[in-house]
Amino acid sequence: MGAAGGGGMADPVLVAEGLVKRFGGLVATDNLSLEVHTGELHALIGPNGAGKTTLIGLLTGEIRPDAGRILFLGADVSRLSIAARARRGLARSFQIVQLLDDDTTLANVALAVQAHAGHSFRFWRPAADEAALIEPARALLAQVGLGEARWDTRVGDLSHGERKVLELAIALAAAPRLLLLDEPMAGLGAAESLAMTETLRALKGRIPILLVEHDMEAVFALADRITVLVYGRAIASGSPAEIRADPAVQEAYLAEEHG
Amino acid sequence: MRDRVILGLLLLGAILLPFGAQAAGFPATTGIATQIACLAIAAASLNLLIGHAGLVSFGHAAYFGLGAYVVGILWEHFRLGEPLLGFIPGTNQLLITLPLAMIVAGLAAAAIGALSLRTSGVQFIMITLAFAQMVFFLFVGLKQYGGDDGLVVRRRNLVPGLDLRDAMQMYWLCLGLLVAWLFVLARIVGSRFGRVLEGIRQNERRMAAIGVSTYAYKLVAFILSGVGCGLAGALMANYLRFVSPEMMSWQRSGELMVMVILGGVGTLFGPVLGAAGLVGLEYALGGITEHWQFFLGPILLGVVLYARGGLMGLLGYGRGGGRGHG
Amino acid sequence: MSVLLAEQLLNGVQLGVMLFLLAAGLTLVFGIMGVINLAHGSLYMIGAYGAAVVAQATGSWWLALLGGLGAAAVIGMAMELLVLRRLYARDHLDQVLATFGLILFFNQGITMLVGRQPLFVELPPLLTGAVEIFPGVPYPAYRLLIIAVGLLVAAGLYVLIQHSRIGMLVRAGATHRDMVRALGVDIRKLYTLVFGLGALLAGLAGLMAGPVYNVQVGMGEQILILTFVVVVIGGIGSVRGALFGALLVGITDTLLRGIMPGLLRTVLPASEADALGASLSSMGVYVLMAVVLLVRPRGLFPAHA
Repeated sequence: MGAAGGGGMADPVLVAEGLVKRFGGLVATDNLSLEVHTGELHALIGPNGAGKTTLIGLLTGEIRPDAGRILFLGADVSRLSIAARARRGLARSFQIVQLLDDDTTLANVALAVQAHAGHSFRFWRPAADEAALIEPARALLAQVGLGEARWDTRVGDLSHGERKVLELAIALAAAPRLLLLDEPMAGLGAAESLAMTETLRALKGRIPILLVEHDMEAVFALADRITVLVYGRAIASGSPAEIRADPAVQEAYLAEEHG
Repeated sequence: MRDRVILGLLLLGAILLPFGAQAAGFPATTGIATQIACLAIAAASLNLLIGHAGLVSFGHAAYFGLGAYVVGILWEHFRLGEPLLGFIPGTNQLLITLPLAMIVAGLAAAAIGALSLRTSGVQFIMITLAFAQMVFFLFVGLKQYGGDDGLVVRRRNLVPGLDLRDAMQMYWLCLGLLVAWLFVLARIVGSRFGRVLEGIRQNERRMAAIGVSTYAYKLVAFILSGVGCGLAGALMANYLRFVSPEMMSWQRSGELMVMVILGGVGTLFGPVLGAAGLVGLEYALGGITEHWQFFLGPILLGVVLYARGGLMGLLGYGRGGGRGHG
Repeated sequence: MSVLLAEQLLNGVQLGVMLFLLAAGLTLVFGIMGVINLAHGSLYMIGAYGAAVVAQATGSWWLALLGGLGAAAVIGMAMELLVLRRLYARDHLDQVLATFGLILFFNQGITMLVGRQPLFVELPPLLTGAVEIFPGVPYPAYRLLIIAVGLLVAAGLYVLIQHSRIGMLVRAGATHRDMVRALGVDIRKLYTLVFGLGALLAGLAGLMAGPVYNVQVGMGEQILILTFVVVVIGGIGSVRGALFGALLVGITDTLLRGIMPGLLRTVLPASEADALGASLSSMGVYVLMAVVLLVRPRGLFPAHA
């Protein structure tokens, strides 16, 4: 599945070919193929249990596939560790945010900037004072719209919405070649969802994005292409208009999840 | 600013302690303080691993003991006039034994850490304990170095400019090295490396996702803490003029961990307070009953359950509390 | 030579079986409750002391059996209620230190109650003899009894875990702790049950150990560390792993102790050979553990997915 290349089609940044993953008797990922192209925002939707989380795990390296392979920027990364893939530019955000709760907002982002800058076997200079880490961190937080007032707040004390936004900033810190976003809108209120949608819209085109989401408004507002996942298989893939009109999709998913 | 003043005063007090002890008629206090300083170096090293990297190693007494045995074994060969393994001459020069102790401890930590860090969680705790036992049994079996009975180091090492036979100078050496080591640890904790360790402690999954191969950093932290324990052990061997396998026992590993938590995990001075606290408890309670550990048990339980920040926490300097960091 | 080997092998199985009794409880407590309990060795010691003290006071082996099991059960329950419950939500460092405190408490407590001298336990006359398991191979009856009891317990645990509702919860809990909670099972009762079972097994091992090894303060910790090796090799949360690991460790340790000193005596003077032999034998199981870890960092039969 997935749009085949034709004249003028941008190169795929990410290609998943025939991915299979079984957990005991359960087939979580069923011969799944997927592509994300330069400059596109590709959304992945599907009912709960469709295997979206498993797919993200396969793409990032947390789970090893039983079959199939993954190509990132043309290279086969199927055997690479999570950290190795991240260093090549595959950044992700977690559905349940994974933050350093004891540190400040700024420190969290600065650490991501630091990780991107290379190895951290430096033992003497205080990292908290390094402009090379602090300045980019500030810029990133401004970019995602997290106000300066919150930069020195302990992350454990941030609101849920702020934590989701911080999660995005951390993913961006790596100047990624691909953003894998796992339900960035989950749990956000109406205003926060709108703000997040606008932030993502600003990113659209500049960084290829694979967006896993339940929030249909955001998906149809942002996506260039949508793939629908049900029981580990891609049952449809195409433009938002095509997907909206596809009867199989309507039956399997949109009817369940009211529009 | 106020903190700096307090710190300065405490340091001054520590330096003047031997004079005060003599004047007050308790000269033995200097010796106790020396022990506290040595143990504090070990506890502070362990704190880097436990408090900052979040790795609970239950076998760090092995490196403490190894450092001590480097001093002991080199002394023994010096005394006998025979080289170790046929070509390494014995010595009683501190400027050789101390660095060598740190190197040997570091190498052992590298080997054991490389293997142990392939696991995590409870397995890691059990494995570090088991490896320390292995080292313990090795030295129990080395009859030529005293085995179970231990080895007497008749004279303290020689250092140009100091006479370590003088209790005061021995104390000042240990105090000085403690202060220096704490300074180094503080820099490490605040550096980029230290930030990665903190990240690993709080959320290792997140660290992998931002591209950090955590194994290498954990191993370096493990080695650094082993080196520090080796230094502490070598100093202790000089102070006690005695080394024995007991210094690498699991009980000793446990005591080091107790010091870390008693003082306040993850703080700079916690280990010092913890060492002072534990040694203090031993002398205070030990004077009342030989079964003082019967009371130490519940005290420890109480600290773990109700006073997690340890003594530093009680004083308002708990991790993340008074002394926040960016 | 082969008679000696057979005897050593059986001794190894006997040690293995005792390690299994301890390891099974420890691995379940860890696998299901996520708690590392250093005081598990103390329950072993309490079982031994309970039985020894009652045996010396009453001269009855049956009462001693009850005394050992009872002491372990009661103290175990108190331990769970007063201390362990508060540790389920805590991190490993807290658990290690809190239970380390318990070790100090129990060790000193026993010393204060009974004194430092090791206790000796006499066997009932029925068990003091030897049994010829093969013609010409006599083996102490009591040790055979230990092996039999251990294997019986292993069989019983197998039936319990594979074929009962409780066992199903235990298996589920070992692989997916959160799932069991989510299913609304009364998790506290399950925990208490599992812990109680572990305590009973530890006490049983302790009271059986009395006549074979010395009953003394600190006996718990020595065998506990070996038990850790067993759990690491076998895999956390797996009773099958505990059995396999325990037999492997027991046999390896015993065979090494039997062979090493003799081997070294060919190159070293007797006393040095014995000392080095003893220490190398002690190191042997840790080397074994290191090798297993190199190949399988999670143990041979890890329960968790």
